[in-house]
Amino acid sequence: MSKNKSEYLINRHDNQYEVVIGLEVHAQVTSESKLFSTSATKFGAEPNTQVSLVDAAFPGMLPVINEYCVKQAIKTGIGLKAKINKRSVFDRKNYFYADLPQGYQISQFKDPIVGEGKVILDMPDGQKEVGIERLHLEQDAGKSIHDLDPKNTFVDLNRSGVALMEIVSKPDLRSPDEVNAYIKKLRSIMRYLGTCDGNMQEGSLRADVNVSVRKKGSKEFGTRCEIKNVNSIKFMQMAIEYEANRQVDLIEDGKTIDQETRLFDTKKNETRSMRSKEDAHDYRYFPDPDLLPLEVSDDFIENLKSEIPELPDEKKKRFIEKFKLSPYEANILVSDIETSNYFENVIKKSDVKLATNWIIGELFAALNEKNLEITESPISAGNLSKLINLIKDGTISGKIAKTVFEQMMEGDKDPQKIVEENGLKQESDPKALEVLIDKVINDNRDKATEYKSGKVKLFGFFVGQVMKVSGGKANPQLVNEILKKKL
Amino acid sequence: MSDITKQSLSELVENIKGKKLSSSEITKAFVERSEKSKELNAYITEDYANALNKAKTFDEKPNLDLKFPGIPMAVKDLFCTKDLRTTAGSKILNNFVPTYESTVTQNIWNEGAILMGKLNCDEFAMGSSNETSFFGNVQNPIDKNLVPGGSSGGSSSAVAAQLTPITIGTDTGGSIRQPASFTGTVGLKPTYGSCSRYGIVAFASSLDQAGPMAQNVKDCALLQEVISTYDEKDSTSIDFKRNEYSKELTKDIKGKKIGIPKEYRVDGMPKEIEVLWKKGIEYAKDCGAEIIDISLPHTNYALPTYYIVAPAEASSNLARYDGVKYGFRAEGENLIDMYEKTRSEGFGAEVQRRIMIGTYVLSSGYYDAYYLKAQKVRKLIKNDFDDAYKKVDAILTPSTPSSAFKIGEKTNDPVSMYLNDIFTVPVNLAGLPGISIPAGHDAKGYPLGLQIIGKAFDEQNILNIAYAMEEKINFKNNITDWWIK
Repeated sequence: MSKNKSEYLINRHDNQYEVVIGLEVHAQVTSESKLFSTSATKFGAEPNTQVSLVDAAFPGMLPVINEYCVKQAIKTGIGLKAKINKRSVFDRKNYFYADLPQGYQISQFKDPIVGEGKVILDMPDGQKEVGIERLHLEQDAGKSIHDLDPKNTFVDLNRSGVALMEIVSKPDLRSPDEVNAYIKKLRSIMRYLGTCDGNMQEGSLRADVNVSVRKKGSKEFGTRCEIKNVNSIKFMQMAIEYEANRQVDLIEDGKTIDQETRLFDTKKNETRSMRSKEDAHDYRYFPDPDLLPLEVSDDFIENLKSEIPELPDEKKKRFIEKFKLSPYEANILVSDIETSNYFENVIKKSDVKLATNWIIGELFAALNEKNLEITESPISAGNLSKLINLIKDGTISGKIAKTVFEQMMEGDKDPQKIVEENGLKQESDPKALEVLIDKVINDNRDKATEYKSGKVKLFGFFVGQVMKVSGGKANPQLVNEILKKKL
Repeated sequence: MSDITKQSLSELVENIKGKKLSSSEITKAFVERSEKSKELNAYITEDYANALNKAKTFDEKPNLDLKFPGIPMAVKDLFCTKDLRTTAGSKILNNFVPTYESTVTQNIWNEGAILMGKLNCDEFAMGSSNETSFFGNVQNPIDKNLVPGGSSGGSSSAVAAQLTPITIGTDTGGSIRQPASFTGTVGLKPTYGSCSRYGIVAFASSLDQAGPMAQNVKDCALLQEVISTYDEKDSTSIDFKRNEYSKELTKDIKGKKIGIPKEYRVDGMPKEIEVLWKKGIEYAKDCGAEIIDISLPHTNYALPTYYIVAPAEASSNLARYDGVKYGFRAEGENLIDMYEKTRSEGFGAEVQRRIMIGTYVLSSGYYDAYYLKAQKVRKLIKNDFDDAYKKVDAILTPSTPSSAFKIGEKTNDPVSMYLNDIFTVPVNLAGLPGISIPAGHDAKGYPLGLQIIGKAFDEQNILNIAYAMEEKINFKNNITDWWIK
């Protein structure tokens, strides 16, 4: 394996292989009710408590489209800078399975609600555009539970009929890192829009990963394999690495790759054949005669456009231009909407540069250590803002601020109070500092002589001594100035 | 009153409103006649005790402002009825009791009618003779061992034999009009989108439509105005202005232009049908209508188109009957084995045939040649009607190419059975309203029907034409009660 700056290539003998990846992401639409019924969609409910007659496909039951889900899909399309199709069609995808009550899934096949769009990735060596092929709405299936009983399978239909957006990328991704960035960016955009919570643990976001390899420089695509239903970024990356190497090995051995559907075994870290192309289902797609084609007006779309918040790309641009952040800093701060909101709340009343450093540095590290999300931060934006102002106006030093910060992490305490209660206020009175400095010079006469005779490195020693004597509270800048004069 | 069951719906309503009859008297009369008529096998599920109780309750506090005050009624067993078994004529739903009510039947109960039971029909409404029902053949009251038509054969038999004053059927390719024609009764297939499909066991969603079956046109109009409502629970329901059809019913059809499509003179059509049609034209003229020759050039393709579209939709609609959630289940070694056994044992031969056809025409590699082509032809057929309606207000055709046939006569020849629908399927494909009225008898004395096809949402117009012609035709059904010992 070779990783130069930008390329992810697999080396075998004298050959270099490029990996081509396309993703079909299934994102659960954030909605109180299902795509074609009024049942609730709450995660974690008791099995089969959120199932209507429609979801369980009782005789004579008919689907009725949930307008809210349509709006969510269009909003997502707008967020992906995609073409919104004013006319789309729901089709039936026919197959039998115990957790598919209708015997078909209502999906969109030929005429999806959203057409071509794009997603911009910020990679270490620059931006990369990933094409979106389409986005369509479809129903989720129920859940088969095989491990509750040795002989029987149980079916939970709570998920049956829940709205999903299938977002299909073009085969534009070239490495596990790009897949990581792509999923995170998609997730970020949808969370900004409020169209999908992106919660991978709850299955709100999962993907089918299409992988093929080709010799570097080749324009032809290799035969692809589809790895079904991978539910974490880490597993996607592992699956791609395994699968790409497997395909390269086959080619190097002079064998052919079968187009097939594979499963990723997370325990063994390998992909396994699930079914070959020959065994592939014939889904017999046809337009669902229970539903009319979905038609939306220009006004409908324009109204939704006016509801679109500032999205990460635009926000990043604004942060760079308005707050003079580096692209790196801006990227981190806009990556999810809660972080950017936090940041903007902090800088309402405090210095941008300091705020950026404190959030990206201390705060993230502390949250990480405690495994907390920004929304769960023990330190409110208001109190962090106060802390930064205490640093900025010289009340406390950066070093003392870290101590205060640690105390704030224990509970959202006002930093001003912490400083007062613990007497941590910085000593900035020149007269008081002079007394301290005189004492330090007197106590270290020999070193002062050495300094004067040219050993300028000793200056640091004196600063350290003064800080030590002051209990860390001496204003370092003033200490420097006075020391220089005195020595 | 011994002649209660001989009264039309309108007469019964009048008598109950005039307090000459109680709901209990009427219900008892129809229940007794139904009980004496078991040989017709018109019912799949009887609910007589409940019906009599409901009639008693109604009489205690009668609401005479309703359109069907305390009127008993049996309905086709394709309509889901709350707490009463609904089988669709199939073994696979033999034990199925819905917890919900179809919109159409709910509309009827809301007007005070009382459910007597569920009427036999072809399995999942697939058939033209009621011979595919898991619950056995239905006898046509016209003659022993004669089919009552299908799929609404229990409904047509029950209305003709006066086991119910009126009823509802469903019509996917002729399943109301053909049995009405075979039994000397009136049957209306409304415009697609007129009556809600919510709670009706689906056969072919883009074609299915519920409609009234009655002894006369006025009753038919009365029931149509009750069952036709816009329903948000059916996405294909259409919100249009619905008439009070019975109130606006008129015999004045002077100057109405009635088209006669030359393509309906099919090869091998019996002379009697040709004669009937000519007579119908004369009746229409007598009523003051203007007769205009028209062409519906794609008529020939309607039947093959129908037998692609309907099975395609059915193959998917019937996938839900898999033994997992409700209905019949055969035990199997594993899931696939359970599916195969359940569906092999649960569905009859005709249903399996149509599932196979439907699965085939939707398969990859055949979809374009069959399903897609059929959809295009369907559009051409609709265009034919649109063109014709630039010149005429309605179209007059025979309802069927023959009178009722003997039980067993066509069971081994599905194509000959399918040909029965030749005059009715184009109407479903185009989503138009069509009504069959009895218009004469063949040499054997069996009834023959004429069909009047209207513009979309123009039920009032074809009801008016039917109403006017009904008077001129003055048809008398010859029911001898041969089945009552």
